[in-house]
Amino acid sequence: MFGATEHNRRAARAETIAKVVLGVLTALLILPVLLILTTLVVKGAPAISIEFLTANPRDGMTAGGILPALVGTVWLVVVALVASVPVGVAAAVYLTEYAPDNWLTRIINLAIINLAGVPSIVHALFGVGAFVLFFELGTSILAASLTLAIMALPVVIVSTREALQAVPHSFREACWAMGATRWQTIRHVVLPNSVSGILTGVILEVSRTAGETAPIMFTGAAFFLPYLPQSVHDQTMALSLHLFVVTTQVPGVPAALPYGVALVLVAVVLLMNAGSIAFRMYLRGKKKW
Amino acid sequence: MAPRSEPDEPDAVDARDVAWYVDKLAAALIFVGGVSAVLFIIGIFVFVTREGMAFVAGRFDFVEFFTSIAWRPTSLIRPTFGALGLIAGTAAVTGLAMLVSIPVSMGVAIYIAEFARGRTREVLKVLVELLAAIPSVVWGFIGLMIMNPLIIDIFDVPLGLGVLNSGIILGLMAAPIMTTLAEDALKAVPDSFREAGEAMGATRWQVITRVVLPAAKRGLVAAALLGVGRGFGETMAVLMASGHAIHLPTSVFDSVRALTATIAAELGEASVGSDHYRALFTLGIFLFVITFVINLTADVLVRRVRKK
Amino acid sequence: MVTAAASTSATADEDAVEISVRDLRIEYAARVALHDVTLEVRRREIFAIIGPANSGKTSFLRVVNRMDEFVKDMHFSGEVKVHGRDVRAWRNLYALRRRIGVVFPLPVGLPLSVYDNVAFAPRLAGVRGKTELDAIVEKSLRRAALWDEVKDRLKALGSLLSGGQQQRLTIARALSQDPKILLLDEFSIAVDPVTTMRIEDVLKELRAEMTIVLVTNLVQQAQRLANRTAFFYMGECVEIGETEAFFSGDVEDQRTRDYLGGKFG
Repeated sequence: MFGATEHNRRAARAETIAKVVLGVLTALLILPVLLILTTLVVKGAPAISIEFLTANPRDGMTAGGILPALVGTVWLVVVALVASVPVGVAAAVYLTEYAPDNWLTRIINLAIINLAGVPSIVHALFGVGAFVLFFELGTSILAASLTLAIMALPVVIVSTREALQAVPHSFREACWAMGATRWQTIRHVVLPNSVSGILTGVILEVSRTAGETAPIMFTGAAFFLPYLPQSVHDQTMALSLHLFVVTTQVPGVPAALPYGVALVLVAVVLLMNAGSIAFRMYLRGKKKW
Repeated sequence: MAPRSEPDEPDAVDARDVAWYVDKLAAALIFVGGVSAVLFIIGIFVFVTREGMAFVAGRFDFVEFFTSIAWRPTSLIRPTFGALGLIAGTAAVTGLAMLVSIPVSMGVAIYIAEFARGRTREVLKVLVELLAAIPSVVWGFIGLMIMNPLIIDIFDVPLGLGVLNSGIILGLMAAPIMTTLAEDALKAVPDSFREAGEAMGATRWQVITRVVLPAAKRGLVAAALLGVGRGFGETMAVLMASGHAIHLPTSVFDSVRALTATIAAELGEASVGSDHYRALFTLGIFLFVITFVINLTADVLVRRVRKK
Repeated sequence: MVTAAASTSATADEDAVEISVRDLRIEYAARVALHDVTLEVRRREIFAIIGPANSGKTSFLRVVNRMDEFVKDMHFSGEVKVHGRDVRAWRNLYALRRRIGVVFPLPVGLPLSVYDNVAFAPRLAGVRGKTELDAIVEKSLRRAALWDEVKDRLKALGSLLSGGQQQRLTIARALSQDPKILLLDEFSIAVDPVTTMRIEDVLKELRAEMTIVLVTNLVQQAQRLANRTAFFYMGECVEIGETEAFFSGDVEDQRTRDYLGGKFG
């Protein structure tokens, strides 16, 4: 009476089939990407050298290095960080510490989701319309970085908000009961214990902004410049745009070069992300309460 | 009862001190930060519309825009702004991408959320996260340098750039985000649901198909929608992998041009203030509105899930 | 010197009223938590509030130091005066809270060093000198019966101490404010009996210097410590009496008698 019925056997078989199918689907996602990354490494490694990373491009960008692109990306990322982190942290603090449960808060949350979903080329159009033209910043690092900052804002807000919410409410109540103001509580207890989460968001933002191309194409990044940028008002080259350029705009490029650029870009981005993941795991072990 | 006198409290103790004012100031600044996202979204709409408005108010012809594939903004004789070919290009590429991405990401999400345990699960989640981080221009590069020759070889066609190439690339790009969101939706289904199903003697798979998936339905649809939104708005990968022909595609090997790629390809050449320039901004308005609607719908769906 | 029989009101200063409440009504959105409460807490007495859960005891405490500001949808009406000044008329609520120490049911050690935990409030009040802070920290920890256990590890994280230690740390924090009033909300529910007794001894000593309002679900605790006891039941202040009379059966309301007799809890 308690033996396996035909129905049970069929159900068990269905489950095994399902597991196999799911496994195949997972492989379909992971394997091609691993193959692609391996190809990048294999075909790109020959182009990597100290010279590649520290010299300027030569011969119409068919040879030489990518230094100005690397330097330019650093400029763009740093300025974007300076612009977006204070605003993003403030926004997250508002949402966790102050925001009442009303329509405005709902609109803010909606705006954050939408901001994250705006197509990158629309960010570029906004950057041109607002920063390059209206605010008359011209095509410059400043215009491009501000465009990137607005694009990356949701990343900072979400990471910071998670970190702030992880701080137990009882800590805040204990501080308020002692007569501390909201700001004193945030400054002395909440924020210092959220720094690690904020850092995770910052690292994510860096990796995102380093890889973006469309928002900077028309706002400050140039295909080729004979000199390094001296101020935020200059134009600059950028690693992501450089990949686009050597792949599609430069004739007669030796095969390894674009692979080398792609490899450097992917390595930078993936290392940053892996670093942020590792940092998160490290934090999980270092509990303070 | 003895007469009681209430002790006096000198006014000095109730004085507003520096900390009081600093607190108010901090609250104001933080509030500004809080509404910044709203200001920026509005700003994006305002500035993109501002540049495109002259076109919409002037040269724009609704019928031509939506029904003509003649996108010839640089023609010296008679510039036309038919966007149907571009819309078809975007639709074809996004459609194929979803065909690839939805089954894969749902499958991976179910595997991670319901079957994988411990180490495997951690590793898979990390891999998905790293996948999501690959920049769009790198995907475009892959489409151009790796997929292109592959497609030419396997299918024996003259050109490997088109719907198939960019569709697959876009699918692989959208999959990680969709997977993560779908996994969140599945995790939001309380364990008690699963336990109830298992207590009735159902197998794991039966519990998933009959209990978990229906319960997570809204969240899963939202995840798919947001993936569509991502594919819709993708620029560099599509620019590099879809070719340049503006027409209605008839086969997956056809070259197409998407809305996003068009803006990216032509903005540099269009002179500021010209009809062409403003038409590109109008494409931008169109893109913004569509992704806004997609995001809004996804949010409404998720909100209903949370209210339960 | 305070004797063991806490029911004597010899040390309570009957001439001074520390907290005066008239027609207090507290609501959370649509739910009425407390209504028609009129009472007085006298200077330097231990005033206990007993009663079953959801009687409004915690809400009452929240209003006294205006922590209702931080609770969603909490509104109150009526007159509540601390030191003769209506709590709604205070222009600087933080100053009000600084004069009132609070101990919550669940022990809270802030994720700072033990030293910084206790120095938190004085630093906010502007105390900067190290010698002065050292003195305040030591005095507060001694009065809270925690000094001996932590004096060699003042740098340890307050949030990693044991529950009983964290509760005494909370008391030390409250004492570092040099408060006139101390509010305790069921301080012993998450704390072991030994620590509870130590804290009760601390309270008996503190009575000489400040007014203490003690919300407790342990009827015997009220009997041990309080000068006067109030019985709150289902949002009403049913009865207030001198503790000795209260617990020897001299009560007016049947509900009070039933609660004290253990008929419900």
